[in-house]
Amino acid sequence: MSLTPDDQGSSFFDYLMQQRPDLVPSGRLWPAASSLPDDNRMAPLQPLPHGTTVLAIKYRGGVVIAGDRRATEGYQIAGRRMDKVFKIDEHSAMAIAGAAGPCIEMAKLFQTELEHYEKLEGVQLSCEGKANKLGQMIKANLPMVFQGLVVLPIYVGYDQKRDEGRIFKYDITGGRYEESDYHAIGSGGKDARNSMREHFRKDLSEADALRIALLALYNAAEEDVGTGGPDLVRGIYPTAKHVSAAGIKDVEEPQIATVYATLIDARKREN
Amino acid sequence: MPLPYYVSPEQMMQDKAEYAKKGIAKGRSIIAMEYERGVLLVADNPSASLFKISEIYDSIALSGAGKYSEFENLRKAGIRHADLKGFMYSREDVTARSLANGYSQTLGTIFSQEIKPLEVEILVAQVGELGRQNQMYRISFDGSIFDERGYAAIGGKSEALQSFLKERYKGEPPTLKAALALCTSALESITNQKLPLEGIEIAALDRTRTGRKFRRIPVSESRLLLS
Repeated sequence: MSLTPDDQGSSFFDYLMQQRPDLVPSGRLWPAASSLPDDNRMAPLQPLPHGTTVLAIKYRGGVVIAGDRRATEGYQIAGRRMDKVFKIDEHSAMAIAGAAGPCIEMAKLFQTELEHYEKLEGVQLSCEGKANKLGQMIKANLPMVFQGLVVLPIYVGYDQKRDEGRIFKYDITGGRYEESDYHAIGSGGKDARNSMREHFRKDLSEADALRIALLALYNAAEEDVGTGGPDLVRGIYPTAKHVSAAGIKDVEEPQIATVYATLIDARKREN
Repeated sequence: MPLPYYVSPEQMMQDKAEYAKKGIAKGRSIIAMEYERGVLLVADNPSASLFKISEIYDSIALSGAGKYSEFENLRKAGIRHADLKGFMYSREDVTARSLANGYSQTLGTIFSQEIKPLEVEILVAQVGELGRQNQMYRISFDGSIFDERGYAAIGGKSEALQSFLKERYKGEPPTLKAALALCTSALESITNQKLPLEGIEIAALDRTRTGRKFRRIPVSESRLLLS
């Protein structure tokens, strides 16, 4: 809070905007769309790496947040090992779909933002406060959206006051909406949501929630070219994290591999 | 037009130094001490929420004696400097040396150019990882900077503390328990009274932690350690 004119507040994002706008991933230094020649206006830039499907699903005591590993560049595969699920602090994680570069930068900036606030104020932001702050950062990214650089996150936080995990989704204008059960975004988001809708129940167990999340990514990969399924040849699997009262816990790769082995066996038998 | 009084630069500096020293002498003392797993910081501080020891970055802590509002401004500036640097380059590029130099410059400039010098003395500590040494820098009100080994003390009776610790701190870094006992007895020796544990602020930079090394040691734990 600004009590005196020269007080800079507790937000690292605001500090960066004032002091080093060139480091903010919101396109301050990009030419405004109106200053570009007509035939370039609103045209997307050269094909850039894009991250695709990410999702989150609630269970009893927490939330699973997961994402596939593929990055696409137009119709080409730009990366097979991209990690789109980020631990933000001890109680929250986010997963991002959209232009890969700004996505990773936004996750890094959000991590710094929360840590910065905690150190300056001596207390952590509330879960609600963190979700709102992320909304403002997405909103600041709006000029970039017009140049084809969309960044869209799912934010998952463990609310210690309410003692529950919470899922937030966003739109490109920074609008923030809470989801009660599950959500998925990205090119295969719709397919993943359809899959989760079929299997979701209230009060799932941790293992079931993980299985449903991984199944949703598998189904999305079957329908959507932008989404990567488990790559059995190279041994690359989607990544997932548990967000619960105990903190953020990575799901180990062998565990994910086991879930997929069972799933693929079942599919083979069905055919 | 009346001419302004002439004051010789020597006189002006001396007056400013005396003023700052007087302000700091009123403040309570703080000790930083290397222990086997990192750096321990112990402050004589009756408040449980207005801290004199603060986390700056992954392996760096700051403590300050003297005027609280001035220390608070320096603390915030330090966190901004560290977070900006870590965001711009990488987390490992944030060092206590660069931070201490920044503080030294700031304090030095204010001391020589402003009418009122800052009445603070600060201590920047960094725990060494991967076999590197711990670092402790003491920066006084005029910006002079001292590189300390083993232990460092700032605040009102820092000289008495230094000589108390000089006799007792020997050889290898002590355990957390021994270091804490030594620090509290040093603080008690200069205040000539038994300090309640609620009135001592304790924090440590512990190199065995992953990620952020800074942690506050609550009264419940310090009571257990000292019993």
